[in-house]
Amino acid sequence: MLSGVPVPALHERAAESLEFIRDTMARSASFTAVPGRGGVAIGVIGVVAATAASQSTTQWMWLGIWLIAAVVAAPIALVAMHLKARTYGFTLWAGAGRRFMQGFVPALAGGAILTWAIVRAGDFDILPSAWLLAYGAGVLAGATASVPVLTWLGSGIMLLGAAAALSVGHWGDVWLGTGFGVLQIVFGIIIARKHGG
Amino acid sequence: MAARQNTARKRDQIPARTVARPAPHAPRPSALDRLIHDRTRLAIVSALAANATLSFTELKALIGLSDGNLSVHARKLEEAGYLTCLKAFEGRMPKTEFKLTEAGHRALRQYLDHMEAIIRHARSKTRA
Repeated sequence: MLSGVPVPALHERAAESLEFIRDTMARSASFTAVPGRGGVAIGVIGVVAATAASQSTTQWMWLGIWLIAAVVAAPIALVAMHLKARTYGFTLWAGAGRRFMQGFVPALAGGAILTWAIVRAGDFDILPSAWLLAYGAGVLAGATASVPVLTWLGSGIMLLGAAAALSVGHWGDVWLGTGFGVLQIVFGIIIARKHGG
Repeated sequence: MAARQNTARKRDQIPARTVARPAPHAPRPSALDRLIHDRTRLAIVSALAANATLSFTELKALIGLSDGNLSVHARKLEEAGYLTCLKAFEGRMPKTEFKLTEAGHRALRQYLDHMEAIIRHARSKTRA
């Protein structure tokens, strides 16, 4: 006892110190598991989808092409992130990885709900801007816990979303192909070079 | 903030002899690296261990320190060779970047080993 205050045992203080170090490191680390090569693969899917969708004959066919692209791209992104995170020895579900996901996933979920509502209303022309704005917002929010280059990617995609909103009914596939295709490829290469694959 | 830091500092400065006396083969508290045992400096070293470099502003925001406090603690770590401080200009704005040196990484690893050894020793004593 020291002045009536119980002094914690040595091993308790050691455990406290370890916890303190772990917390500080988790809080400080930026999420570097954003996959560069995975981003390039997703970008290629985006370009292929934009090309195919621009030749579709019906709105439902157009929607189907983009939904298939999303269904193919999502597991690629998830597996690429998981593999890169494992290489660096951390997980997507703790520390900076969790902060990244907390920023990224809600915007995607919002985009999915908006898609459902817009399709129900039959106003397919709004979809390109809704998708780009939701995805761009997610990337921007995730960027706060990740590498700074994502801020530029998120901003670029949001600008394309704004352009798509200003030109509703025209060039939808151009905006989508540029955002989900070209920008993903360019930034994927930058991330792969600067942030280890 | 300052009061909390003072409390933390006082707690860290409790002499080792006031803590439960360790068994003869337990890791000795006196062998601790006192420089990074201080909570503020431990936070600086831990944050830098998780990042290649951190700017003065980033580090200050992460740890929640005043400019003066961060400068004082960073200087102590720099003098010990645990971190390097790179001053440069970004356009016209001065920018200070901190980086943990190999000695700093080694000191943190040794500190972690020391803490783990204390916990292992306490567990083995409990089992016995």
